[in-house]
Amino acid sequence: MAVTDAPKIISSRFGYTDSHTLERYVATGGYKGLEAALAKKPADVVEEVKTASLLGRGGAGFPAGVKWGFCPPGVFPRYLVVNGDESEPGTYKDRLLMEKDPHQLIEGVLIACYAVGCAQAFLYVRGEMALAQERIAQALNDAYAAGHIGKNIHGSDFSVDIVLHWGAGAYIVGEETGLIESLEGNRGLPRLKPPFFPAAKGLYLQPTIVNNVETLANLPWIVTNGGAAFAALGAENSKGMRMFAVSGHVKNPGVFEVEFGVTTFRDLLYAPVYGGGIRGGKQLKAFIPGGASAPWLYPEHLDVPLEAGTVGKLGTMLGSGAIVVFDEDTDMVKACLRLVRFFARESCGKCTPCREGTTWLEKILERIVDGHGRPEDLDLLLDVCDNISVGMNWPPKQTTICPLGQSATTPVASAIMRFQDEFEAYIGAPSEITVEVKGPAFTRPPEHVLEAARD
Amino acid sequence: MSRFSPDNLRTALEILSRYPRAKSATIPLLHLAQEQDGWVTDDAMAHIAELTGTTPAQVLGTCSFYEMFKREPVGTYLVNVCTNISCQIMGGEELLHHAEQTLGIKAGSTTPDGTFTLEDVECIAACTEAPCLQVNYRYRHKITLAEFDALVDDLRAGKLTDEIPAHGTLARIRQHIPADRAAGNADPAGAPEPVWLAATAPDAEGASS
Repeated sequence: MAVTDAPKIISSRFGYTDSHTLERYVATGGYKGLEAALAKKPADVVEEVKTASLLGRGGAGFPAGVKWGFCPPGVFPRYLVVNGDESEPGTYKDRLLMEKDPHQLIEGVLIACYAVGCAQAFLYVRGEMALAQERIAQALNDAYAAGHIGKNIHGSDFSVDIVLHWGAGAYIVGEETGLIESLEGNRGLPRLKPPFFPAAKGLYLQPTIVNNVETLANLPWIVTNGGAAFAALGAENSKGMRMFAVSGHVKNPGVFEVEFGVTTFRDLLYAPVYGGGIRGGKQLKAFIPGGASAPWLYPEHLDVPLEAGTVGKLGTMLGSGAIVVFDEDTDMVKACLRLVRFFARESCGKCTPCREGTTWLEKILERIVDGHGRPEDLDLLLDVCDNISVGMNWPPKQTTICPLGQSATTPVASAIMRFQDEFEAYIGAPSEITVEVKGPAFTRPPEHVLEAARD
Repeated sequence: MSRFSPDNLRTALEILSRYPRAKSATIPLLHLAQEQDGWVTDDAMAHIAELTGTTPAQVLGTCSFYEMFKREPVGTYLVNVCTNISCQIMGGEELLHHAEQTLGIKAGSTTPDGTFTLEDVECIAACTEAPCLQVNYRYRHKITLAEFDALVDDLRAGKLTDEIPAHGTLARIRQHIPADRAAGNADPAGAPEPVWLAATAPDAEGASS
């Protein structure tokens, strides 16, 4: 495993200062993928994407082509909703893709609409991203004028409008059914699945495909170069290239497009072209592999490849491609509190275990950090976690409509199970833990599991 | 002025025209109201209810869910300091504390002259550029304490008005779909199978049968 010289697929134009313009986009092969798609039957475009084995890049990692196939036959209209509500802590890639290459996203949207038969698309951009909104608005206006969007695109019988929609500040809207509620003008409260799987009953209760920005940005390349060429990159279930944001205590934090499935965490954190190692000559203490919702990993996991299935076996996930690096000096109790506070603030309040649970987790952690912790608090924290996600296992069990609640338990279990001594230092007394925590990332996996993951 | 001005009403109607159901325009129209007045007034919500065929209570219900909508006046400049995980471990909390000192207010409040409102916010997707902040949703990456003070001075002196409009104005470029290019809304109550799909239906994943 190593740093590979695979071609950049979605960040290929980032080096140009005018990468966001139609002129640059067209001069660098832009809208050729749409042209290629229009020359095929929609079903063949779907097949091409299935061949590519493109995993969704939003967090859940579901194969995009398979997701498209879930639309019930004969039910119309179908809608496409683009999830540009990037807000998982540690995640920074969709904003770059929207600001620096909006036409690539638009072309991906058009290809998806053509393939699935969506008659209207809504591009939901996070409210706080003013520049992304401006760049996309300009790109849409230019693409309409040039005949790439709207009625009879490129002279074909394919017609679709893309509507730019701004969010207004709510993490939960990144959850696909919450996003649909928001797009209908409501509070962003997630819907129960079933029956409200978006592909069956989504926007206005019609079949709706919700795809992440990065997922769609891959489509022009896949259609132009073929699904097989995409699947030739990467390994196992993780094909193609993928964007990872490496933040925290590395010398060279940044967003890197790397070959999926073969590049390892060590490459990403230590290679000079990527993270460049821990800053100040410090040691690595832990890292979050996939955004705030992902159970933490530790130095013994560094040689594991960025491969979805392999990381899943370790009891965590690559999530939204967000790696946060903690050096040896990091206060893990405060880090845990900050992550839990996030989930407590962002809980939409619909389900009791999440609404009450996240609030109590925050209050208990606050009293520990404030020096008023009690020896039984660690067990209490884990007990609250166990009530939100029974067994603290992986994949997590859910007592709520969406995964936000269980996500709040991962920093708690990660921090307590690995850094119990740091909590005890705040509390000033030893603690006994009796609540059973089952997830392998929380409990240190046996050596043979680690060995298999590194191979 | 709280109901939409004639100009903004035209913009509101254009926004409404892009959605198959009017209620979907609620959030964009709340942004438009906030752009007009700097915050979202009760009269604006009543007007939005008329335009979207809902009630003022329904508009308030949506409005009050979202962090960005302010239902009371805020400063001309909303300074949002991120203290979430990537920023926290790179000095975000120190930056927030420094901002409180410099501006003389606690996070969540507004300076007496109405120039600045300071907020302690969640992740704003600039994690590799920590610590970071936004002023009226315009980013400042890897900002030092000295740079923060200089930013405040520049804002007070009106040097950044081109880059950073007053609170409420989000994107300054809006989408316009030209009438002769529009494909039109897809009516959820009954739109036929798209022609480009129907033309190849026998081969299309059993899409119609």
